[in-house]
Amino acid sequence: MAVLRVENVKKYFGKLAAVDGVNIETREGELFALLGSSGSGKTTLMRMIAGLEQPSEGDILINGRSVVGVSPQHRNVAMVFQSYALYPHMSVRDNILFPLKSRNVPKEQWEQKVQWAISILGIEALLDRRPTKLSGGEKQRVALARALVRDPELFLFDEPLSALDAQVRNIARAELRDLQKRTGITTVYVTHDQVEALGLADRLAVMSKGRISQVGTPQEMYESPANLFVASFIGNPPMNLITRGERVMGIRPEHLMLQRNKPADVTGVTLSLRILLVEFMGSEYLVYGCEEGSEHQRQIVVRVEHSGGTVPGQGDVMEFFASKQDVKYFDKSSGNRLP
Amino acid sequence: MMNDNTVKPVHFVDQDRRLGWAMLSPAVIYIVGFIGVPFVLAILLSFSNATVGNPRITDLVGFANYVSLLHQPIFMTALKNSILITFLTLGILLVLATILSELLAIEFRYKKIFQTLLILPWAMPVSLAAIAWLWLLDSQFSPIDWMLTQIGILGPGGLLGPVRHLYYLGRDMLAIASVVTVNVWRLLPLATVIVLAGRLSIPQDRFDQAKIDGAGFFRILFRITIPALMPVLTVAMLFTALVVFGDMTTVALLTRGGPGHASQILPYWAFLQGIQGGDLAGGAAVALFMLPILLVVAILALRIAYRSQEA
Repeated sequence: MAVLRVENVKKYFGKLAAVDGVNIETREGELFALLGSSGSGKTTLMRMIAGLEQPSEGDILINGRSVVGVSPQHRNVAMVFQSYALYPHMSVRDNILFPLKSRNVPKEQWEQKVQWAISILGIEALLDRRPTKLSGGEKQRVALARALVRDPELFLFDEPLSALDAQVRNIARAELRDLQKRTGITTVYVTHDQVEALGLADRLAVMSKGRISQVGTPQEMYESPANLFVASFIGNPPMNLITRGERVMGIRPEHLMLQRNKPADVTGVTLSLRILLVEFMGSEYLVYGCEEGSEHQRQIVVRVEHSGGTVPGQGDVMEFFASKQDVKYFDKSSGNRLP
Repeated sequence: MMNDNTVKPVHFVDQDRRLGWAMLSPAVIYIVGFIGVPFVLAILLSFSNATVGNPRITDLVGFANYVSLLHQPIFMTALKNSILITFLTLGILLVLATILSELLAIEFRYKKIFQTLLILPWAMPVSLAAIAWLWLLDSQFSPIDWMLTQIGILGPGGLLGPVRHLYYLGRDMLAIASVVTVNVWRLLPLATVIVLAGRLSIPQDRFDQAKIDGAGFFRILFRITIPALMPVLTVAMLFTALVVFGDMTTVALLTRGGPGHASQILPYWAFLQGIQGGDLAGGAAVALFMLPILLVVAILALRIAYRSQEA
């Protein structure tokens, strides 16, 4: 049985549909990411799962039980906010105890549960400190311990890494992943950062304008985007989209190679590009160009290995090749992928 | 021959020390003239035997005025009432302002109208308010009495006996209760606005987190909201205490300290003795008796305000 099932959920704010018919089903123990830019409805969806908002239409089931109309107090869902929302006037210990006291957990179990949570997160030394005296990474660990301590059915993370410094973020991401795997609690993770979503999630859903564009594993999303939105959203730099009549051709930057490296027996697409800019990225070059003789002056990006020999120079016109299996086609008007 | 290196005199405006004093002087003159001088005079008066007829402060009598105060039953009543009225007003204000700010923190229809009605007592002139309250609490024509009679609490067979009037301003405890009621009515708008400002500065995430952690309304109120409001509440309450303790308008307009001296308070008693009664020295002594109490409260309020600013 799925831990979380979202069935055709809609949420209107006035006439505006923030969430417009979403279906999600998580698998046992997975980390499921909701990826979308701001205003895509991902946070509203998460708040509905937590019970902070009620859906205008549709149903939300946790372990098979409908929770529509159930207050957050009566759902066993833990949430970690972007701000961590630690209670500043309480010590770390009292912060972690708060959900236990609020949920009337018998007093005899408090100490054992707190010890368990802090040992998993390694924050034994912080117990008597105030949240204001903690670093960003420590705050996250305390917030996670507070979420973990009451044995929730479902974890909700709302951009938990965005408040951290870039250096700390990588470590915190690994810790988060590790924690989730060890506890095996099904987790929904909201983020606008595709690096986080692709790196952390077992599966993810890309949201745009209140709808889900595609659901799948990170590899599926990257290799075969279902529509133009996902194609242009996932990948850094994203897929090159080149209009050909009624169709749009999509090619990843790393799938374009110099024409002279083209294997003999492979068919595919050849593009003639005028080079506008070459960026050295360390292990590779990013080559920006536009199609020679085309009226669409859309930039095309090519990844060229550093060890690849000759480097294109600015102003050159060069030919690039992509094999047939690496080229995806989309319908121009609907945006959907063509078979 | 002219020396080109002559130091040009620094312009007045560029001399920070002098300019500073020049700009501070209006405030300093005001404080010295309207607060400092009367204050020193009051101290001198309280140690003299000056009267309105003979206002010289040359005859110093030492602590005689203070000693005689302690033997006056009216003074002791006034001291007791001042403290009682201040505490009751503050306690009721604290509870009501917290409840109202909780109400105003949520969105509902007609909230704007509710807010406007709420602020009205603060905008109303004291004299106008006093007339309205004198009518509401009138011994013969009180609408409150009339309503209580209509619903069967007053009048023959009623809960509070056969009488049709409670004589709010004519009975000891009811007179004090009336003063407290009017005080609360006057100060509630300001108190609510202060508490509401503190309430709205708490991040919404914290309330959402508490709900998800499983806390109900009262746990959130007592464990999350009120602790977060504590610094604001303490400072607001201490400053309000200064206002209530030193204010005589409510009593002067409503009960005139009556019945007898049952609702007498220190500032009004100082006024009655010193100005109405002509005993300048005695009145000054009463007024100065409030000084240590007000000073302690004021120092506490300022220290807490500064400390919460640093935190």
